[in-house]
This record gives sequence, structure tokens and C-alpha cells, in this order.
Amino acid sequence: MTAIDSTASPARRLEWQQAEVREIVTETFRVKSLLLRVASWPGHFPGQHVDIRLTAEDGYQAQRSYSIASPPEDELLALTVERVENGEVSPYLVGELRIGDRFELRGPIGGYFVWTVPTGGPLCLIAGGSGMAPLMAMLRHRDRQKAHIPGSVLYSSRSLEDVIYRNELDAMAQCDSNLRVIYTLTRKQPEEWLGPRRRIDKALLAEVCYPPDKNPKIFVCGPTSLVEEVARMLVELGHEPQTIKTERFGPTGA
Amino acid sequence: MSEPPISRGFRSRRQEQTPKNRLPPGQYVTTDFPVLSAGPTPQITVENWTFTLQLGGAILGTWNWAEFETLPQTTIKTDIHCVTKWSKLDTAWQGVTFDDLLKAVGLSEPPAPYIMAHCDGGYTTNVPPADLVGGQGMIATRYEGLPILPMHGGPARLLVPHLYFWKSAKWVRRLRFMEKDERGFWESLGYHNYGDPWKEQRYDGD
Repeated sequence: MTAIDSTASPARRLEWQQAEVREIVTETFRVKSLLLRVASWPGHFPGQHVDIRLTAEDGYQAQRSYSIASPPEDELLALTVERVENGEVSPYLVGELRIGDRFELRGPIGGYFVWTVPTGGPLCLIAGGSGMAPLMAMLRHRDRQKAHIPGSVLYSSRSLEDVIYRNELDAMAQCDSNLRVIYTLTRKQPEEWLGPRRRIDKALLAEVCYPPDKNPKIFVCGPTSLVEEVARMLVELGHEPQTIKTERFGPTGA
Repeated sequence: MSEPPISRGFRSRRQEQTPKNRLPPGQYVTTDFPVLSAGPTPQITVENWTFTLQLGGAILGTWNWAEFETLPQTTIKTDIHCVTKWSKLDTAWQGVTFDDLLKAVGLSEPPAPYIMAHCDGGYTTNVPPADLVGGQGMIATRYEGLPILPMHGGPARLLVPHLYFWKSAKWVRRLRFMEKDERGFWESLGYHNYGDPWKEQRYDGD
């Protein structure tokens, strides 16, 4: 972790600006992607996030952070939002927001959990649930750049219906022999499912992730318990801790 | 910018009103304890743990776990505020205050105006000693009476609760006094150099 990425954002004030919803994509029962037009978006690196701020009619404001799912090459900024039961902001974003609505946003934020084509590979992306969002920005960037950097993706979901971006991931993997996408379904699987049906374990990681001597760039994003476990197992498999970049979200139960 | 756009249908879902003087701007209260770390949680045993105070190339003091446990123990009950917007109220931390660490090495005041905290895993953060003296900061080894879980920074983390919580560095092993300020890990990546939650100093330029 001592190495600071040369891709770090330059120092400047991050001003609040208005984002307009241009498109809403229903990804799963609980997840939508909001495609936003931000008038003076300064650009971002895949993996970065934004802060959003909502203002209620009575003036009440709430701020939250969301990962950017779109690559820097795309015109609209995509945020993928999972509805958190009893949440304050996500039920509104997923359930009530309409095309044409506007809210405030500032960013991009974060300069560590980022990957760009010049960083090179091989690229190893491990996600749980909506933790796929910032990793999707990396894959889309790799795609838009037509980079054939070897990449492998291990994506853990509860069921096939919970897999976000499935069509797009499948399409990317189908036309690119350098990209492998493995889904593991932990709770419910279709009868004909041939893929793994368990939580990510060491055997799966050893199979999907490149060995330490290939010096993979590893990104892990998902619920805290998944990220804690995966990062620990990767270290046990011989990966240097500094090569494993993580983002955790959600409850810890501790 | 001009008036913020109103999100019709959006409203506060807060169950109880937290007093305004407890919650800095842009924060919300959680009863959970989220984990934000840039890499794997270092697995450190207290048998292999040491803590060091350093000034330039000189070691001012170093303690192993058993020695550190004999230093005066203080409990701080405080609210904590993470830059990712969550705040947690009334958390109880036990450990050795910065004042007592200085005393233990025979100093009555900090020997330099800046500090870099160094941690297992390579994490760093810079904190002015002026924000640690007078009972403001400690090296915490217990949370709510129990050893701090590794994912929350155990065996020991810096505690500077009046600054955003990234300054309360997990897995702290060394405080290095500096004559000139240097930026730590997040401070070099666009986050604010000081990080006062009440002034909402989240990012550079805030």
C-alpha cells in the first residue's frame, strides 16, 4: 500500500454540481443503474466514486457515496444503486427517481482503487453483489480501449437473477479470449447450472486468479465479510498484500 | 452554485432526532460499525507487536505488548465520524493517551510540530501533535472493553476522534515526529490534509 498510484487526482476543490438523470436501467429486482449527464464532469479513473446530495422539500439533505460504473470514455456517468432495505437514500434512488430529475453530485473521489489500461495486467477482479459496479468501470474501460490485457472476473451472487450486468459481461467474455468471467451462485442455482455454487473459497480463488508470480493487479469489492475473507485467502495463497486493493461496504455485524 | 434541486418524494427517514451538536454536516448516524480499508486486514499477533515513538532517526521509546499494557490506561467515550458519511455515537475506547506516551519517554511536550503515523500494511496518515495532546488522542487497544478486532484496527489503532476517522489509523505501529508536514496515504490521494468533520473538510480544497 506504500506505492501511491501516479493516477492520483490532482489537488483541486471538488465543487457540487447538478446531475440530470438521462436513463434508468433496471439491472435486477433490487438494483438500477442511473445514467447521468453532468455538465462539467472533469473525467475519472475506473474505480473511483462520487458523493451525491439529495435535498428534500423541507430542506433536509442527505449525502451518500456511490461507485462509478461507467468508463471514462462514455458520455453519461453511470451509478449502480442497490436498494438497501430501511435505507434512506437508496430506496428513493431505485424506486422514485425519474428521468429528467436532478440532484447534486461531486467527484471523482479516491485514487487508490483505480485501474487504467497503462497500469497493465493481468487483471483479477473479484466482486460480491453490487460490489461489481466499480469493477465494471474497469472492464468497460478495458473494452472501450480494445485492450487485450488478460483479465479474470470472479463474481459472487445469491442467484442468477441477482447477477448485475450479466448480458454485458457475457458478451465481453464471448468475443475476447483473454477475458474470463466466472459466476458463483451461493443460494439458488438454475437446475442446469454448471458453474460453482458456493461462497468464494481458496480453491475458487486459486482457479480464477492468476498466481502471484504473474503479478496480477487484484481488486476486491463487495460486502465487508466477503472482502475480509477473500483478501485474507489471497494473502494465504501467496499474493503480496500491496497487490490487493479492496473496497468494503455494508454491515459488519460487529 | 444556485439553489440545490429539490428531490420530490425524498424525505428524512431518521427514527430519532440526533441533536445537531452531535452530528457534523453531511453525516448520518449508524449503529453498525462499517469497515473501510484499502487492502487486506493485516493479521498481527500481540507477540509480534511493538510500538515506537520516533524523532528523525532517533527512537524516543519502544514498547512490546506487555510493556505497553503497563502504561497508564485511559478510557475515552466519544462520537466518531467517517469521511464516507457515517457517524457512530458514544463509542468507548481504552488505551494509552498521547500525553502519557510523551511522559513515558520523559517529554513534557511534543518535540516537533508534525507527526506521521505508520501502520502495518503500509498505511500512513499525518496528524498534528497539537491535536493529540491534552487528552485528545490515544493509542487504543480496547473497544467497548474488548480487544479491538483486526478489521477495526486491532491490536492497536490511533484514536483522534475529533478528526475524520481515517486519521485514527488502524494497525498503528509507529508515530514519527517531523519538522515539516508530509501527507499520508489518503491525504496524498485527494483527501483533506487536516480533516475537521465540523468544517466538512473531506477533500482537498474543502
